[in-house]
Amino acid sequence: MTDVLHQRPEADRTTGKAAPPSKPRRAGLPRLLKGSGPRRPNYPAGLASLIWLVIVGAPLYVLVATTFRTRDGYIDDGPLALPTHPTLANYDRVLSSHFFSYLGNTLVVTAVCAAIVIVLSVTVGYAVVRARSRMSRRVFQIFLLGLAIPSQAVIIPIYLVITKLQLYDTLLAVILPTAAFSLPVSVLILAGTMRDIDEELYESMALDGAGPTRVLLRLVVPMSRAGISTVGVYSALHAWNGFMFPLILTQSRSNRVLTLGLYDYVGEFRVDTPALLTAVVLSIVPIFVVYLFARRQLINGLMGVGGK
Amino acid sequence: MAGADSAAADPKGAPGQGAPRGGSGRRAVGRKAAGRKAVGRNAVGRPSAAWALPGVLFFVCFAVAPMLLVGYLAFTDWDGIGSPQWTGTDNWSRLWHDPDMRQAVWLSLLLTVLTWLVQTPIALLLGVWAAGRQRNRAVLSAIFFLPLLASSVALALVWKQLLDPNFGLIAEIGPALGFEDGDLLGDPQGALGAILFVTAWQFIPLHTLIYQGGARAIPRSLYDAAAIDGAGTVRQFFSITLPQLRNTVVTSSVIMVVGALTFFDTVLILTKGGPGTDTSIVPFLMYKNGFQAFDLGYASAVAALLVVVATAVSLLLVRLTGFSAMRSTREGM
Repeated sequence: MTDVLHQRPEADRTTGKAAPPSKPRRAGLPRLLKGSGPRRPNYPAGLASLIWLVIVGAPLYVLVATTFRTRDGYIDDGPLALPTHPTLANYDRVLSSHFFSYLGNTLVVTAVCAAIVIVLSVTVGYAVVRARSRMSRRVFQIFLLGLAIPSQAVIIPIYLVITKLQLYDTLLAVILPTAAFSLPVSVLILAGTMRDIDEELYESMALDGAGPTRVLLRLVVPMSRAGISTVGVYSALHAWNGFMFPLILTQSRSNRVLTLGLYDYVGEFRVDTPALLTAVVLSIVPIFVVYLFARRQLINGLMGVGGK
Repeated sequence: MAGADSAAADPKGAPGQGAPRGGSGRRAVGRKAAGRKAVGRNAVGRPSAAWALPGVLFFVCFAVAPMLLVGYLAFTDWDGIGSPQWTGTDNWSRLWHDPDMRQAVWLSLLLTVLTWLVQTPIALLLGVWAAGRQRNRAVLSAIFFLPLLASSVALALVWKQLLDPNFGLIAEIGPALGFEDGDLLGDPQGALGAILFVTAWQFIPLHTLIYQGGARAIPRSLYDAAAIDGAGTVRQFFSITLPQLRNTVVTSSVIMVVGALTFFDTVLILTKGGPGTDTSIVPFLMYKNGFQAFDLGYASAVAALLVVVATAVSLLLVRLTGFSAMRSTREGM
C-alpha cells in the first residue's frame, strides 16, 4: 500500500510532463484566483454528506425528541413521531434521582484530574525539552511507551494497587489512574509545543540570570498556553467520559460518577426509555455548552483523545 | 527490552505528524542547529531532569508498574481478596485451550479489521470534504461532530434503546432496511454488526476530524499546479490528497485499531457479550472472568495477551507503512 502511495505522485509527475496538456484549463485558472476549495459544487460529495447527515441526525433527533415525550407516547407512536404533547416530566424525574450527586462527583474527578495532568505534564514536558541530560530522553521514552498501554488491560493490577492503598470506593481511586493515563498524550502535546519556543527567548532569559523556575513561569507557561489548554480539555474529557475505572474501582452510590450513574439508570428506568434518554441528554449538556463557547479548544482536546 | 525500545522510538513520529503543517523536517533541522549552538555554553536557566520526577513517579505507579504487575498476576491464582498464589503457567495453558478465548480473539480481530474497513473510507472522504471552507460544509461538519461530545456509555445506551426490537427505531425502520423482525441484537451476526455500526457512528467523527486537519495542511499550491495540468477532482484526490495524507492515515489507523481492540463500554452495554458469547471480545472476556467470576489471575493472563496484541498490532502497522522511516510528506518540494 505504501508503495502505491509512494509512487503515485512520481508517476503522475512524469506523465504530466510527457503528455502535452491536452485538456482545457478552464477549471484550473479560476480556482487559482479563488484560492481555496473546488469552486464548482461537488454533487456526489454533497449527496453523500446528506446521507451521512441522516445517519447522524436521525438518532440525535430521536434522542432529543424522546426526552420531551411520555413513556406511553413513545411506545404508542414510535420513536420517530413528533412530541405532540411535550412534557418536562422526564427531566424532573432524572434531576430528582441522584443526578446532581453523580454530576458533582464527575465534576470533582474531572477538575482534579485536569489539574494533576496539567501540573505534571508541564513539568515533565519542560524537563524533557530543556534538561541537558540523557535522563530526559529516557523519560520521554517512558511516556511514549505508555501510549501503547490500553488502560483496560491494566485494570486488574490497578484494582490491586488501589485496594492496597486503601482507596477502593473513593473518588481518588478513579482520579489517580485516570490522570495517569492522560499523561502520555499530554506530555507529547506539551513537549511539542515547548519545543517550538524560540531558543533565543531562552537565551535572553538566561542572560538575565533567570533560574529554571522563573523561566518556566515567565516564558514556558505563557508561550505554551495553547498546548496547556488542549491538555486541560483533553484530560477533562478523558475523565468526564471515563467508565471502566469508576465501574471497577467504586461501589457506593455516593461515589458514583455520571457515566456509571447512566449505566445504573438502565436498571432504575428499566423500560422507561424517555427517562433514560433524558439522563443521557443531561449528561451531554455540560460538554455541549463548552462546545458552544470554546469550540476550537474542545476540538483540539478531542484530537488529543484520539491520541494526537 | 530491545523490542520495547524500538516501540518507544516509533510512536515518536506521531506528535510531529499530528501537526503536519510545520513539517517535522524543519523542526529537526532547527533542533540540530540549536544543539550545535548550545555546545560549550553553560546551562544557566536549564532545569535539571529532576523536574520530571513527580510526573514520572506518578505515571510509573499507576501505569507502568501495573503493566508489569499484570505480567506477574498472569501466573497466579487470585480471587481478589486474599493474596495471589503463584501457579506457574496454569493460566496460560488454560487460556490456550479455552474455546471462549479463541472465539474472543477471533472476534476481536474480526471486529478490528471490519472497523478499519468501514471507518477509514468514510472518515477519509468526509474529512477531505469537510476540509473545504464552504459555509454549508462548515455547518454540516458542526453537526457531524456532535456524537463526539458524548461518552461511549451514553451513546451505547442511546443505541441500545434505538435497537430495541419492540419499541426502538429499528422496529420502525428495520423492515425497510431488511431486518424483518428487527431483533438485531438477538442475532449473532446482527449483534456484531450493531457493535460495528454503533462504534463507527461514534468514532467516525473523530477520524473525520483528524483527516480534516491533515487535508487542510496540504499546500494549496499542489492543487493549483494539478488544476493547471487539467486534473479533475477525482484525479486530484488520488494523486495529491491521498499520498499527502499517508501520515494521517497511519495515525488514524493506529488509533482506530487499538481502539477497536479495546471496545468494552459499547459491548458491555449493547450486547453484554451476547447472544451467548457471540460478541464476547477479549476485553469483555477479561471483565467477565475478572470482575464477575473473580478469577483475577486468569483474567490477568487475558489482559497480558491484550497488551501484547495491541502493542504488536500498532507496531506492525507502523512498520508495514514505513511510518518510522518517514520524514516528511513534503519531500521533493
